[in-house]
Amino acid sequence: MNNTKKNRLKDSVFKYYGIMSTFIGLIMLAVFIIIILQTGLSRLNLDFITSLPSRFPERAGIYTALMGTAWMLMLTIIFSVTLGVSAGIYLEEYAKKGLFSRLLEINISNLVGVPSVIYGILGLAFFNRALGLGGSLLAGSLTLSLLIIPVIIVTTRESLKAVPKTIKEAAYALGATKWQTISRQQLPAASGSIVTGVILALARAIGEAAPLIVVGALVYVPFAPQSPLDDYTVLPIQIFNWTSRPQADFQVNASAGIIVLLFITFLMNGVSIYLRNKWQKKVKW
Amino acid sequence: MQKTKEKIIEKLLAASGLLTILTTGGILAILLYESFEFFSGVSVWEFLTGTEWTPLFSKKKFGILPLLTATLMTSFFALLVAVPIGLSIAIYLNEYANRKFRNTVKPMLEVLASVPTVVYGFFALTIVTPFLQSFIPGLAGFNSISPGIVMGIMIIPMISSLSEDALFAVPKSLRDASYGMGATRFQTVFRVLIPSASSGIIVSIILAVSRAIGETMIVAIAAGQQPKFTLNPLVPVETITTYIVQISLGDVPRDSIEYRTIFAAGMVLFIMTFVMNNISLWLKRKYHRQYE
Repeated sequence: MNNTKKNRLKDSVFKYYGIMSTFIGLIMLAVFIIIILQTGLSRLNLDFITSLPSRFPERAGIYTALMGTAWMLMLTIIFSVTLGVSAGIYLEEYAKKGLFSRLLEINISNLVGVPSVIYGILGLAFFNRALGLGGSLLAGSLTLSLLIIPVIIVTTRESLKAVPKTIKEAAYALGATKWQTISRQQLPAASGSIVTGVILALARAIGEAAPLIVVGALVYVPFAPQSPLDDYTVLPIQIFNWTSRPQADFQVNASAGIIVLLFITFLMNGVSIYLRNKWQKKVKW
Repeated sequence: MQKTKEKIIEKLLAASGLLTILTTGGILAILLYESFEFFSGVSVWEFLTGTEWTPLFSKKKFGILPLLTATLMTSFFALLVAVPIGLSIAIYLNEYANRKFRNTVKPMLEVLASVPTVVYGFFALTIVTPFLQSFIPGLAGFNSISPGIVMGIMIIPMISSLSEDALFAVPKSLRDASYGMGATRFQTVFRVLIPSASSGIIVSIILAVSRAIGETMIVAIAAGQQPKFTLNPLVPVETITTYIVQISLGDVPRDSIEYRTIFAAGMVLFIMTFVMNNISLWLKRKYHRQYE
């Protein structure tokens, strides 16, 4: 075999190796999910969704955890979207290029890389203790908001950047003020892609357990929360709790809980991909 | 009137921007203050070099090394999985696959990163560990290998997508020159593209390490809660993040030295990830300039 042949052989071997690498992670995930479905699907019924937690695995359900997750999602949307989008607008449209905006940018890139459990520590010291919010939904959602605000800021900036300058210039030429231009032209034009990014960030927040455990979420809550100041648990924490119990029946419950959590996460991801595609097709600058 | 309104809006938006600075400031202030309190009772030397971590026992020892080795061990296994696979994906998608395949597969890979970490933890504990036990004798129910591997699967898209960007950014002229000399794709990739994209690839790896070190639920579920100073991947250990979760779940009295340990442990975690993130940011800026 001469050199050329050897090189061609290496080339085609690597091609198949590349295909294998591309799919190996996905295949493993698929296998995991199939096993989870086999274990958990039989447990998944209306009772499971609507039952309160219990010491008896066959009577335990995810109602309180699901309500906690729903509350958490709502509150986190309110805080993270208002603050994140505002900060994104400021950085993209107002901040003057200089030391301050440079500092803000570096800071945001850094915040994206801070482990979520550290945000939990911040929430524990500040929201839970200093502000006296305890282990309430409010403390938890504020913590999750801080966690995803950097991501939302980055998304907002990129979406605004993608809006053509001509739109802005046309609005100015018609005598619009800066805020009028942003709020009536640039933001609506960028909204599709901002929403896509926000949903992805929220999907991540919904799956988080670690920061909420640190900030004081409970593992066992007998009733669904009624107000933002109530104690709560969320679906990932409920799953964690069941996972760490020795009885096999609780593992079945954990599998059923995982099916619900994965359904929610994949649904949110799916919606955001759908919106992105729709958005990309509709808008051609 | 209109002008005042504009000014007020600008100030409000700026305030939201400032919030991000406050977040960082808050994290630093809390970690520094509580760690300072902690180190008034425990010597920094003992903390950094002690090989026993027993804050919850009556005979308290505060050596962070057991937690640190566990954290590094699980991260090592994660990288062992994620780096070769992620890098191969990046090369394949960039040089071998057609655009259509690439555009379909990339979002699919992101699914791996979107699965909640408790779910991965459950996979590691109930599926991967029993599977590994079938051919690794002496593998305990909690260990470093299984959560490490699963964590590796999770961070594959992080490595693949960042490395792909780096490979993509290599100027076309370099690639064309290589092909012009009669090189195969394989040769072009390994002798031209990877060397020129190396800083970008290193960035992706550093960020992946940082992500693995900070990962919590997978290791909390599948690596155990026993702070042991060992490099044996077969036995239960406890990572820094797991320890923080363990204390948060327990009922340790507040303002006790045991409670403060989570801030000291958090400080170590924060410093490690902070340093790595900034090295990667610095490298990224450097290589961006290189090709502009």
